[in-house]
Amino acid sequence: MDFSLTNEQELFQQMIRDFAENEVKPLAAEVDDLERFPIETVEKMAKIGIMGIPIPKQYGGAGGNNLMYAMAVEELSVVCATTGVIVSAHTSLCAAPILENGTEAQKQKYLPKLASGEWVGAFGLTEPNAGTDAAGQQTIAVEDGDNYIINGSKIFITNAEFAHVYVIFAMTDKSKGTRGISAFIIEKDTPGFSIGKKEKKMGIRGSATCELIFENVVIPKENLLGKLHKGFGIAMKTLDGGRIGIAAQALGIAQGAISETVKYVKERKQFGRPISGFQNTQFQLADMNTKTEASRMLVRKAANKKDKKLPYSVDAAMAKLYAAETAMEVTNKAVQLHGGYGYTREYPVERMMRDAKITEIYEGTSEVQRMVISANMLK
Amino acid sequence: MKIVVCIKQVPDTTEIKIDPKTGTLIRDGVPSIMNPDDKSGLEMALQLKDEYGAHVTVITMGPPQAELILREAYAMGVDRAIHLTDRKFAGADTLATSHALAGALRKIDFDLLITGRQAIDGDTAQVGPQIAEHLDLPQVSYLQDLKFDGVKTFTMKRHIEEGYQMLEVDAPCVVTVLSSANKARYMSVGGIVDAYQKEVEVWGFNEIEVDEANLGLKGSPTSVYKAFARGLKPAGELYEVETDEAVGIIIKKLKEKFILN
Ligand SMILES: Cc1cc2nc3c(=O)[nH]c(=O)nc-3n(C[C@H](O)[C@H](O)[C@H](O)COP(=O)(O)OP(=O)(O)OC[C@H]3O[C@@H](n4cnc5c(N)ncnc54)[C@H](O)[C@@H]3O)c2cc1C
Ligand SMILES: Cc1cc2nc3c(=O)[nH]c(=O)nc-3n(C[C@H](O)[C@H](O)[C@H](O)COP(=O)(O)OP(=O)(O)OC[C@H]3O[C@@H](n4cnc5c(N)ncnc54)[C@H](O)[C@@H]3O)c2cc1C
Repeated sequence: MDFSLTNEQELFQQMIRDFAENEVKPLAAEVDDLERFPIETVEKMAKIGIMGIPIPKQYGGAGGNNLMYAMAVEELSVVCATTGVIVSAHTSLCAAPILENGTEAQKQKYLPKLASGEWVGAFGLTEPNAGTDAAGQQTIAVEDGDNYIINGSKIFITNAEFAHVYVIFAMTDKSKGTRGISAFIIEKDTPGFSIGKKEKKMGIRGSATCELIFENVVIPKENLLGKLHKGFGIAMKTLDGGRIGIAAQALGIAQGAISETVKYVKERKQFGRPISGFQNTQFQLADMNTKTEASRMLVRKAANKKDKKLPYSVDAAMAKLYAAETAMEVTNKAVQLHGGYGYTREYPVERMMRDAKITEIYEGTSEVQRMVISANMLK
Repeated sequence: MKIVVCIKQVPDTTEIKIDPKTGTLIRDGVPSIMNPDDKSGLEMALQLKDEYGAHVTVITMGPPQAELILREAYAMGVDRAIHLTDRKFAGADTLATSHALAGALRKIDFDLLITGRQAIDGDTAQVGPQIAEHLDLPQVSYLQDLKFDGVKTFTMKRHIEEGYQMLEVDAPCVVTVLSSANKARYMSVGGIVDAYQKEVEVWGFNEIEVDEANLGLKGSPTSVYKAFARGLKPAGELYEVETDEAVGIIIKKLKEKFILN
């Protein structure tokens, strides 16, 4: 067992940190404040391969692995959680299911454009009445000759406004419940397909979370992803992978808050000395760092298992559960240690605390992760 | 066109601490990076590659860990990487370093040799010019910009104290480049993955063309008399006053120091 990074991974980390520090961090406050999707950052990430890290070279990707991908989402989220989730949703929720379930023709058609970042990807599972209970899909797809006709809507879809490709789910046989759901690939300009309301959010405010609306959207049969009626399994497997990305995002947020706090407590003086001199400050920092490092180990373990093609769904659930709750706890403490200043937008910890909350909710709430973990224990 | 870039691995700080007892650099715990001027020079080469399809080779002399910057150069897009390393090179000062590099360069065909202006650890700015002398090539130092006419002539903008000097120089030649000349590109993710599948050529004394007497400690006329850290400056005085008063204070201080009279 070796816990150290290889030279290659270190070089990668150095690059991604450099990029995050110089290109992403300067925009983070503005992106949050104006609820602005950082399209220019996406273009820069595209240029150097960040939009296709675990996609094989043969499909135009960087040919990296899931560990590198998780490291990238972590480092980006250290400075800007919005940027972290853009990459995570694009990679884990759109490119990955096409790579893992697509036909050769689908892979050839979509992966090179997604991996190069020319196209951004999104994933539409959640509906107003189908959240945690994703099986309650009301969007329907009806066979019509060589086509499917899709009607319905999705809610809370990350990247929605800026995506070109969407992996979405719809009922193809209502009588069969989860066994009647199928996955489809939909392109941006398909007639009848539109983007609805954009959410105003607490955190990750630049990530463009919107409704998707389908009104008699006709798509050719070759856009069915995977087998007919096998969509629910695809959704669940996709979310397993996605949880590694979100866990990495949470980990990055926690790490970012720690870095800011360490800097702050050394500078801020009260009672004639830096507040870092108080034992309470020191103990809080110790706890923050320990839990964050534990999160990192869980994230890397899950990613490593996925890379080794071992079952990793429980590992991913644990990583996401722990990293998300740690991010929330750590950012909360970070604000506390910043005092009143931490509650203002002068300091980034306020944003980090707002950003952290979503990691306990999307791609399966913390309750869902506990269900996944315990179900595996009790089976 | 063929380009060679000399790159050096240096500690990532301009404030390297010096061990007060031994007078040597404390490198422990300081991460190593590609020297900033060299990275800028490498970017210059890669831009010529993008535009004219130039073939770019990087070379470094250094201990085994210096391999990292060669991998980094691969990940940025170079075509070939050479690592000069041999016990015989150890303990080299700038002269011996430049002899070893020149010895290797005699074995490589190139139209343009790029070095950084200076390394942030040694800071002598001598190695580039010395190599040019050993190889008897024209040299232009302190480059801010370089354009190629696509045939054999470079137009160069050279930084001098009072401004710029514009020169036209034919290949082959040697240039030393400033870090301000280019913002280096990022390594690409795919480039990093590939970098570890590519070969770094390791060359020792036997692979290069040089007189052994010019190498290593033997070939190093420099002897360090004393190395010391400059004492910390005391904190400055801070006045929060109106502009008029501030000007008065500054003039008074400058007079006290005999800078104004
Ligand atoms: C910013 C943002 C981005 C998102 N991006 C996407 C996206 O890109 N694609 C996508 O498809 N979806 C996306 N979502 C949707 C997200 O995955 C869902 O919000 C999430 O799954 C929870 O569903 P819900 O909001 O309907 O909550 P509900 O399911 O209504 O849950 C409410 C509460 O009840 C709990 N609960 C529900 N069922 C149980 C149970 N059986 N036992 C115990 N507790 C339970 C939940 O844990 C939660 O605490 C996004 C959401 C947000 C806010
Ligand atoms: C006063 C003094 C005494 C020294 N004494 C010793 C000593 O006793 N023992 C010892 O080991 N070292 C010694 N050094 C360090 C050694 O001389 C330098 O590290 C080395 O020769 C490079 O010189 P520099 O760092 O000044 O590079 P510069 O001349 O500033 O570098 C200019 C450019 O040359 C190229 N270059 C320089 N070095 C390399 C390299 N190794 N590989 C590839 N390209 C390169 C780079 O492109 C660089 O930007 C000493 C340095 C000084 C200043």
